[in-house]
Amino acid sequence: MLSYLFIGGSFLLYIGIAVWARAGSTKEFYVAGGGVHPIANGMATAADWMSAASFISLAGLISFVGRDGSAYLMGWTGGYVLLAMLLAPYLRKFGKFTVPDFVGDRYESSTARIIGVVCTIVISFTYVAGQMRGVGIVFSRYLHVDINTGVILGMAIVFFYAVLGGMKGITYTQVAQYCVLILAFTVPAFFLSAQVTGHILPQIGLGSTLETGQSVLATLDQLSLDLGFAQYTAGKKSTFDIFCLTVALMCGTAGLPHVIVRFFTVPRVKDARTSAGYALIFIALLYTAIPGVAGFGRVNLIQTLNGPENTGTEYAAIPSWFKNWENAGLLGWNDRNGDGKIQYAAGAAFDGKKGKPSYDEGDARGEFGQRLATNAKTDTNFDAAKQPFANEVYVDRDIMVLANPEIAQLPAWVIALVAAGAVAAALSTAAGLLLVISTAIAHDLMKKTINPNINDKQELMYARLAAVVAICIAGYFGINPPGFVAQVVALAFGIASASVFPTLMLGIFYKRMNTQGAIAGMLVGLISTVGYMWYFVFGGGSSADYFMGVSPGGFGAIGMVLHFIVAIVVASMTPPPSEEMQRIVEDLRIPRGAGEAHAH
Amino acid sequence: MSISSESAKAYWAENLRIIMTYLAIWFVVSYGAGLLFVDQLDQINFFGFPLGFWFGQQGSIFVFVILIWAYVASMNKLDEKYDVQE
Repeated sequence: MLSYLFIGGSFLLYIGIAVWARAGSTKEFYVAGGGVHPIANGMATAADWMSAASFISLAGLISFVGRDGSAYLMGWTGGYVLLAMLLAPYLRKFGKFTVPDFVGDRYESSTARIIGVVCTIVISFTYVAGQMRGVGIVFSRYLHVDINTGVILGMAIVFFYAVLGGMKGITYTQVAQYCVLILAFTVPAFFLSAQVTGHILPQIGLGSTLETGQSVLATLDQLSLDLGFAQYTAGKKSTFDIFCLTVALMCGTAGLPHVIVRFFTVPRVKDARTSAGYALIFIALLYTAIPGVAGFGRVNLIQTLNGPENTGTEYAAIPSWFKNWENAGLLGWNDRNGDGKIQYAAGAAFDGKKGKPSYDEGDARGEFGQRLATNAKTDTNFDAAKQPFANEVYVDRDIMVLANPEIAQLPAWVIALVAAGAVAAALSTAAGLLLVISTAIAHDLMKKTINPNINDKQELMYARLAAVVAICIAGYFGINPPGFVAQVVALAFGIASASVFPTLMLGIFYKRMNTQGAIAGMLVGLISTVGYMWYFVFGGGSSADYFMGVSPGGFGAIGMVLHFIVAIVVASMTPPPSEEMQRIVEDLRIPRGAGEAHAH
Repeated sequence: MSISSESAKAYWAENLRIIMTYLAIWFVVSYGAGLLFVDQLDQINFFGFPLGFWFGQQGSIFVFVILIWAYVASMNKLDEKYDVQE
């Protein structure tokens, strides 16, 4: 099987790199020795940053929501502009190993440092659970192993290179993983674009016309309206909500600890700026292809499910990908009108949350061989003025990128490549996150707070120990996923945007910012955002009670504004930071004399 | 530091001005064209895309890349002007 070959081969490559790039000192473990070339760092940052959410979920999301998905495309790329101009160069000049390290030293307070540790751990753990889940999905679908076995296998690989190699091992494996994932995303995108539009570049293809003479986007709008969906190129959510979501995603991107540490690994301040530039080029290669993949995937999906006559396709005649994903539980068909044909339109076919089917342990099959869900809708109601038939299908958004090559009937090696790419995306991000967690614990908690007397060797041992524990916790989440992984990943950005980003910015741009202001600001940002999300996502708050109509994903923007206001007000009422610290802040604004990242 | 505090201040002020200029463009292409004025811009056809939709899903990303590299170039020049490069 090609999938085994591709995924197995990529694993061997990662392990080989891990052995070659073992870390011998804390400095190698934390910042790869501080001598990474900006292009290599750009690739590593891109792989670190582009997770299962970018690779697997984003195109699927845009495929289903259309224009409103712009918030994610702009948010997850625009953050790099903030990073390059507002944070990375100065943090590099300050020359520390971690984000809590900067917070603790700049604000001269171990309380601030500990809050920094808490923010880092909360953000990174919420994020890592989603990655392990992504690995599990790919394994269960392509390698036909149990999801749990897949997660454990993924854990073992990450364990190997993160624990052995630290930042050094991670950096060079991420360079390899970037190459795998960018090929895996763009090759099928070229195929799809060429097949649907005749243009090889999806960036151009999405704007071109089909054989019918109608443009791709106009066709999408037409198909959507015909089936009772909202128009593809029109917005559905309120502008203010989308605005807040974009702000939260951008500032969250700039405030993600595992991305920020990547800029501590380059030799000079100048290199921190160019690294951000390279990173965004490498990210843009994938991100600008996403809207095309989303659009073509949507056209193909609708036309395959509803057939050329738009009347539905016989279940017996549907291609095998449909049945494979049905077996994986991420797709479902409920033959509501009993005609044996699959019909796809607006509305839910099952009674689960978001129309999701639930299947019980036994493999119950219906008259045509389809899986029977326990919560299939029994009525056949639909609005005949808007759509031709009732919806009978559930398609999980997360399968779009993975299923796309199969739906488009691309060669088998392309499908195997996509599977290897998805695994690379998930593992590279998981490793970066685990490293940040272990550094926060070993360096900021053990060395800087609890026991400053431990030596380099002991600190390194604590870091490896913390990485092992973190991998096990992440694996637990992968095997027992909290049913809300997808939302939780988005929430991590909100938390980063309300806690880490403002405190770093104030530390650099506002010399007068002091200990009290920073602590008050971080607490207000963190607590208000986590509280709001908790109440509306898990606490059963209804969307009618949203503050100014802002959904939980966008609340990070409000939390950030609160953070800024509270921090500045409190700082103005309390004594300014020491002369020494004000001089240090002036110094971090000047590139010269950055030297290497140092511990003291 | 070899650099005088006055020239450090001037360097920082110029840096802030450069950042403000680029962030203004950053805001206009993303939040402006891709979000706030998207419906008006969508009336214009741009190589088969409604213009606002294009900015939201493609154009803003291209501009972001250009902005970072423009900032890199501006800052390299500024570092040399004030002799603070490494």
